[in-house]
Amino acid sequence: MPSSELIGTWVAAGLTLFCFSFLYKDNPFYKFAEHLYVGISAGYWTSLEYHNVFRPNLWDPLMRLDLNILFSFPQVGFAFMWQSLILIIPFAFGILFFTRFTKNFAWLSRWSMALIIGIFAGIAIIGYSTGDLILQIHANLLPLWTGNWISSFNNILLTLGVLASLIYFFFSKEHKGALGAGAKIGIWFLMISFGASFGYTVMSRMSLLIGRIYFIFGEWLRLIK
Amino acid sequence: MRNFFEKLEKLDRRVIFIFVGIALVLPLFFPLNIKFSVTAPVKSFYDSIKSLPPGSKVLLSADYDPGSMPELWPMHLAALRQMCKRNIKIISIQLWATGSPLVERAFNLVAVGEYHKKYGEDFVNLGFKEGREVVMVSMGNSIPQTFPTDYHGNNTTDLPIMQGVTNFSDLAMIVNISGGLPGTKEWILQVVSRFHIKLASGCTAVSAPEFYPYLQSGQLTGLLGGMKGAAEYEQMVGVTGLGKRGMDSQSIAHLVILLFIVVGNIAYFSMKLMKKENQ
Amino acid sequence: MRREVPVIICFLAGAFFIGNYFSPKLQPVAQVVNQWAIIAIAFAYVLGVSNIFRVNYQVIRRKGKDWIYKIVLVAGLILMIYLGIGWGVKEGTAFNWVFMNAIYPMQATMFALLAFYIASAAFRAFRIRSWEAALLGITAVLVMIGRVPIGEAVWKDFPPFTEWIMNVPQLAAKRAIMIGAALGAISTGLKVLIGLEKTYMGGE
Repeated sequence: MPSSELIGTWVAAGLTLFCFSFLYKDNPFYKFAEHLYVGISAGYWTSLEYHNVFRPNLWDPLMRLDLNILFSFPQVGFAFMWQSLILIIPFAFGILFFTRFTKNFAWLSRWSMALIIGIFAGIAIIGYSTGDLILQIHANLLPLWTGNWISSFNNILLTLGVLASLIYFFFSKEHKGALGAGAKIGIWFLMISFGASFGYTVMSRMSLLIGRIYFIFGEWLRLIK
Repeated sequence: MRNFFEKLEKLDRRVIFIFVGIALVLPLFFPLNIKFSVTAPVKSFYDSIKSLPPGSKVLLSADYDPGSMPELWPMHLAALRQMCKRNIKIISIQLWATGSPLVERAFNLVAVGEYHKKYGEDFVNLGFKEGREVVMVSMGNSIPQTFPTDYHGNNTTDLPIMQGVTNFSDLAMIVNISGGLPGTKEWILQVVSRFHIKLASGCTAVSAPEFYPYLQSGQLTGLLGGMKGAAEYEQMVGVTGLGKRGMDSQSIAHLVILLFIVVGNIAYFSMKLMKKENQ
Repeated sequence: MRREVPVIICFLAGAFFIGNYFSPKLQPVAQVVNQWAIIAIAFAYVLGVSNIFRVNYQVIRRKGKDWIYKIVLVAGLILMIYLGIGWGVKEGTAFNWVFMNAIYPMQATMFALLAFYIASAAFRAFRIRSWEAALLGITAVLVMIGRVPIGEAVWKDFPPFTEWIMNVPQLAAKRAIMIGAALGAISTGLKVLIGLEKTYMGGE
């Protein structure tokens, strides 16, 4: 009887080859693998949400509520159990999401969406202004002469590059004259940046394929160590 | 000649796929073993962990999925090895659901398998939590409240490693293995500047170029970019993993891409010249 | 009321989190609201999965395009939920076995396919049509060769030169893009909070 590990390796290899078959052309094996992947991934996420969020952060604290104490000694009960009691609010917001499936009450799901969007908008404003805007501008305020030719040249180039690239993105005025020259220099820096990103992207994509090839020839066929 | 360049321009992409496949497979059977040196961002990553005194508590956020494993798994294992060697206590969380089983596997392989570390005392897996930046901000207030139980269902506050850990101020640094969003950028924006804690990142090569400004500004104390970054870091830690072994295939693959770019442009310019001459 | 109440909720939630940054006194309340957000977001994911089930079930019912494959999708979804919630998600469970031997290889392979397509794109679409494109191409080639061991074998200073490209000219442009994007994100966030941007509410 082959071990579950051996069966697992063969199942994994089979599904890998099903996915690779798309390189020749679209075919039923690929379609099967694609649909299987979508289905089990969605089921995977749901199970993880249940175990990692729903149970520890909502259900278990709610189950600790002792309604007898709460109704018999309201003040004392509330003082001890308010942290569990208050979870009814996010539970309600969560349930409101499912009103989307109804015709008459779908508008209620906007309340839940608004809560999440509002929280993320507030967090994003703080994060981007402190992390990206202020600190990055601060980091670019570099001395143009450091006493060393190479680091001075680097600082000048960096400052020039950031300013020129920012000028390129200024579309409120036509890119003519000095503004046009600045924008032109900015395009050069942007092209260098996109070229570097392309080089790194190629590196990344090739690495992913190397990983799969290692699995096929190493773990499955055992042709390499 | 014109026919040749016309055929070249319209070459079936499956022929290109075969070339790529051969270029990546051959070095596995005929290794080149080309030596390489370690670059400054990788050295900074290594040094930022090396500078921690033994017994320090580090948050390891493994935010990736199987899709980026070839690049990030070698980094993850090497980081665990360096931290275990230095007796650094590791608190792991995941902001990607698919990271949880991978973290368990990594801990079993390295922390337990190689260094015989004890769960709950030397390392802990607090598991996955949904919410991205909200989780990060929430951890800044209280880590035990954000993660009331660990991956195995134990109460977080009962674990020895979590004694004295309330929020980021009780941790020495954060090591983030990032496959995308949420990942390093979100940790920098929401945690580093707000809660003043060091962050070192290992990320995919696709994301690495955008993190160089953070490295220069000091918001990142180290950066591992892609499989090459993983290979360099493995070299520093003293292991040979997938990162190092994949470098030969990576070298040949890049040469093949360079060849395609050059040949493609030769075909393009030749056709353009011939069309001009005909006119 | 159908559109005004969500705008008020959105504003209060966002303003509260901005206020929490400036006033640590709001921290205990912020922690409670954080927990609410984590729970609500989890429900949003479950909503997405319910929608996947609903849409594909309808295709199966009316025997639409690829309906047989939709059966595979729905069966996989139900199987994973049953295994995960019923039997647990730890290492050694059937759920974990399916993750390691089905999800892991398929996801990894889907991404690995990109390597072939980027090679195809490099051959068929990467055309040096202008001086700017030439600059992009030359940088791409220098970075690609400099970042692999073969580049160091050709010229020992290739890696430091590639690092210089990444640390100076490349960094400059990325920083500019970052600053511009940050300004855009802040203005969009403010528009959402004050109710000028209501696309998240959808139609009537």
